[in-house]
Amino acid sequence: MSTSTSNAPVIQLRDLAKAYQTGEVEVKAVCGVTLEIQRGEFVAVMGASGSGKSTLMNIVGCLDQPTGGNYLLDGVGIAALDRKQLAILRNKKLGFVFQSFNLLARTTALENVELPMFYSHPLIPLRTRRDRALQALEKVGLGDRVRHHPSQLSGGQQQRIAVARALVNQPELVLADEPTGNLDSRTSIEIMGLFQELNESGITIIMVTHELDIAAYCKRIVVMRDGLIIGDHRNENRRQAREERATLDQAEQKARLA
Amino acid sequence: MIALRALRRNKLRSGLTALGIIIGVASVVAMVAVGNGAQARIEAQVSALGQNLLSIFAGSRRSGGVNSGLGSASSMTLADADAIRREVTDVAAISPEDSTTAQAIANGRNWSTTVAGEAPDYLKIRDWKLASGSMFTEREVRSAAKVAIIGSKTANELFGPLNPVGQTVRVQGIPFVVIGLLESKGAGMGGQNQDDRILIPYTTAMKRVTGDKYLRSINVQIVSADRMDVAQQQITALLRQRHRLTADRDNDFNIFNQKEIADTVSSISRIITLLLGAISGISLVVGGIGIMNIMLVSVTERTREIGIRIAVGAQPGDIRLQFLIEAITLSLLGGIIGVLFGVGASRLVAVVANFNAIVSVSSILLAFGVSFVIGVFFGFYPARKAAALDPIDALRYE
Repeated sequence: MSTSTSNAPVIQLRDLAKAYQTGEVEVKAVCGVTLEIQRGEFVAVMGASGSGKSTLMNIVGCLDQPTGGNYLLDGVGIAALDRKQLAILRNKKLGFVFQSFNLLARTTALENVELPMFYSHPLIPLRTRRDRALQALEKVGLGDRVRHHPSQLSGGQQQRIAVARALVNQPELVLADEPTGNLDSRTSIEIMGLFQELNESGITIIMVTHELDIAAYCKRIVVMRDGLIIGDHRNENRRQAREERATLDQAEQKARLA
Repeated sequence: MIALRALRRNKLRSGLTALGIIIGVASVVAMVAVGNGAQARIEAQVSALGQNLLSIFAGSRRSGGVNSGLGSASSMTLADADAIRREVTDVAAISPEDSTTAQAIANGRNWSTTVAGEAPDYLKIRDWKLASGSMFTEREVRSAAKVAIIGSKTANELFGPLNPVGQTVRVQGIPFVVIGLLESKGAGMGGQNQDDRILIPYTTAMKRVTGDKYLRSINVQIVSADRMDVAQQQITALLRQRHRLTADRDNDFNIFNQKEIADTVSSISRIITLLLGAISGISLVVGGIGIMNIMLVSVTERTREIGIRIAVGAQPGDIRLQFLIEAITLSLLGGIIGVLFGVGASRLVAVVANFNAIVSVSSILLAFGVSFVIGVFFGFYPARKAAALDPIDALRYE
C-alpha cells in the first residue's frame, strides 16, 4: 500500500459512519461510505435533504468527527486528531465555500480573504498576507473591489470573495456546500465557470448540491440516499460554463439589437 | 488586532461596558485619595499638639452633682511638677499650666481670651515658634515678671496690623509687656482657635492673675515615642503616691497620651480609608460583571463569525485569546479613563472642600491591576464559551 502523500488520493473514506444520539434514538446520518477522490477531480455530491451528504461533507471538511470507519485526508488519518489539530488541517489543506457566503460583515474583501492566513502557523508576515490575498482576489476577478465591504457587493461577487478566501492558503481541496444555492442562474453559471477554471489549473473540488444542472458542470457525480452512496459515475455530458456564457452574451446582444 | 476592531465597531456598547469599570476605578482612586487626605490631616492635627506629649490634667471637681470638668479639681501642685521633673526618667521638657479666661485690654480695645501660665519650655513642648520677639526666660518665671507672649488671633483683635511686641496689654488690670508673638497654628483638635491666647509665666499667673494654689495641668515632653508608655506609668505611680491614693481609689488626675491618641486616630482613619476603598471595590466587581454580560451577548451575537473563523482554521486558543483580549482591553481602557476621572474627582474635592486629597500611586496601580484581573476573570468564561462552539452549529446560526 502506497503511503507517499503525493501519490495517495486526496480523500480516502472506508466504511465511514456517523451516528447522532438524539434523546433515546440513535440517528445514523452516514452509514458506511467508502469513497476515494484523487487529486484534480471535480466531484459533485448529490442527494435529497437528509441523504447524509451534508454530514459527509462536514466530516470531509474536518468540522466533525466520524463515529465509525476511517478517513484519510491527504494520507493522514483524522480519527485521532483533537480540535486544535483539526483546525490546523482545515487551515492548511482545506478551503470552504458556503451557500450563504459566510463572509465577515463590515470587513473589507481584502481582510476577508486574509482571514485564513491570520490563523496560519508559522505566522505569515503582514506584507505576504496582503500580497497573497490580492493575488487570490485577482484570480477570481475582483482585483478592483478589494476595499469593498460584502454588503456593497452582489451575491456573485460575495461568493467570489469566498472562493478567493478558500484558495488563499493553497489548499489540497476546496469544499463547496451548495455554492450557487443563493444565486440566480446567470451568476450560478459564472461561479461554476470559476470552479471549472480553478479545477483546470489543478485544484481538487468537492461540491455538494441537490441540483442536477449544477452537478452537470462537474467531472464526477456521487449520489447519496439514506446515508449510503447509491451512485458514482463519470459525468459524460459535462456542461461548459465558458461556452454557455458566451452563448448567453450573444443572445443578449441580439435581443438588444432587435 | 481583530479584538480591537470588534470593539471599535461597537463604540457605544464598548463605552457603556467600560463605564462600569470607569466608575469603579474612579471611585476607588478618589475615595482612597480622600481617605488618605483625611488621615494625613488628622495626623497633622495630632502631631501639631507637640511631639511625644503627655498632658496631665487635674481631675474633675464634683460639687452637688455638678461636674466642673478636667483640671478643675484642686489636686495638682507645683511640687507635683517638680517631682515629675526630678523623678521620672526620659522627661525632655515640662511646663506646668494654670489658665483662665480673662478680659484683655490694649490700645483702647478689649477682648476675652485664654490667659495661660506656662513655663519657657512650653513652646518647645508644643512645637510652636514665635513669629517675632522672644519667649520669657526662667528668670522671668522666678521673678513672676509681668511679660506676655500673644497669640496671632488675639494680637489681631487687640492691635490690628500693629506689631504687638513692645506694647502693653492689661489683664485684670495688671499691665503686661508683650515680648513675643506666636506663629499662627490654626484650629486645634477640638476646633477651638489655638491662636487666641496669651501666654504668661505660670508663677505670674498663679500669684497675680488667678490666685490659684493648684495647677490645671502639666505638659510633659518625653524624649522619644517608645518611652512614652513607661513615662506614663511612672508619672501615674508617682502622682498616686504623692496624692496618697490607696489602691481602692481612682486617680484624681488624667493623663492624655498624644501617641495613644495619634495611634487611635490613624487606625480609625485607616479603617475608614479601607472601608471607602472596599465599597468602591464592590462597584468594580459590578463593572466586571457588566463586562462579562456584554461579552456573553457578544459571543452569542457573533456566533456565526466565530464559526467562520473556526472553519478557516482558527484554533480554540485563537478564539479564546480574541475574546479575552477584547475583555481585557475594555477593562484596561476603563481603568485608564477611571484613573483620570478619579484624579480629577480628587482634585475637585480638594478645591471644593478645601481639603488635600492625596492620590497615591499605589491606589492607581491597584485599581489598574484590579481592572486587568477583572478583565481576565470576567472575560475568561465568555472566551471559553466562544472557543468551545461547535463550528457546524455556529455556521448555521442565524
